[in-house]
Amino acid sequence: MITAEQKPMQEIIQYLAPYSKILLVGCNECVTVCAAGGRKEVGLLASALHLNSLKQGKTIDIKEITLERQCDPEYVEELTSYIDAADAVLSMSCGCGVQTIATRFKQAHVYPAVNTKFMGASLSQGVWAERCQGCGDCMLGITAGICPVSRCSKSLLNGPCGGTSNGQCEIGPETDCAWRLIWERLKELGIEGRYEALVDAKDWRPAGGAGPRKIIREDLAL
Amino acid sequence: MENYEPEIVAFCCHYCAYTAADMAGSKRISYPANVKIIRVPCTGKVDAIHIMKALEKGADGVYVAGCLEGDCHFKTGNARARLRVARVQKILEDLGWEKERVAMINMSAGMGERFAKTAFEFTEKIKSLGPNPISQGKIEVQAVS
Ligand code: SF4
Ligand code: SF4
Repeated sequence: MITAEQKPMQEIIQYLAPYSKILLVGCNECVTVCAAGGRKEVGLLASALHLNSLKQGKTIDIKEITLERQCDPEYVEELTSYIDAADAVLSMSCGCGVQTIATRFKQAHVYPAVNTKFMGASLSQGVWAERCQGCGDCMLGITAGICPVSRCSKSLLNGPCGGTSNGQCEIGPETDCAWRLIWERLKELGIEGRYEALVDAKDWRPAGGAGPRKIIREDLAL
Repeated sequence: MENYEPEIVAFCCHYCAYTAADMAGSKRISYPANVKIIRVPCTGKVDAIHIMKALEKGADGVYVAGCLEGDCHFKTGNARARLRVARVQKILEDLGWEKERVAMINMSAGMGERFAKTAFEFTEKIKSLGPNPISQGKIEVQAVS
């Protein structure tokens, strides 16, 4: 999923300072799962913003709404009946949702309430870790299911650097060396011979090196 | 402001703090009338938003009173409540408010004295912090109008 974290409260407050009618929009997908921008967080942020303005003797009108998906025009359309009454939109979705709203509603002042972080997996309740950088040419089939692009700090593709220390990455002892993990798993699976096969220099164009990426499915684009 | 009487909301677990409050009553141990009790089936039922809404509606302080650590009838309800209280404290800090306005307290059903003592201590703490900061806003609005 796409992970995110709420922005610092003071940054959000600064964005909203000129406005008094806010449409606060959550998203029911990834940001709900990583507890950054679902219905619950929308409620909490609205409450915090109310406390802040009440203290200043101001009233702030916050309409809370959580869409099924903010990155889908179909659902963003649901904001049509509220958008005119709002001075600004505060979105709690990942950057994709914020941009979908900004694209649909040309006049709307749209602000992000979260920092979008990475594509990750849940390790345990409340813990998420980066697992993929969307390189567009997945290598997991040759790296025993462990991604060297996102999990090696240098995205090395042919074994570890010289900095690996006691199996940990040289950036810090809390980060596993991805290549140690790959090697151990190749051995466990009895396919360590694969380690010897060199990977050619990776083509980074599908990873975004050739500009913004797009997927077009002709069979669906009706 | 020194002599103001704060409004305090206490979310009390049915199995411990609420029973302890009852116990305080039957033992004729008095505790400050400032503390308004909301009985919950477990402090794990108290979400951050409930604490925030109490503050939004003007409570000067809010505490969650659950069973002793490790004694929750639903295993981890009080541990979760502690984390949620900490979350609200962080939000208050981010807003520039005193985080001491919200607290987590643990006690068992038999601790009538402790219930009264913590109610008294928390009330004193909130008195020293002064009224809910939203009252400042009300004063400013009155001054302007
Ligand atoms: S190899 Fe590329 S696509 Fe596969 S997990 Fe890693 S970054 Fe993602
Ligand atoms: S120590 Fe391992 S994970 Fe870290 S940069 Fe070197 S090879 Fe990559």
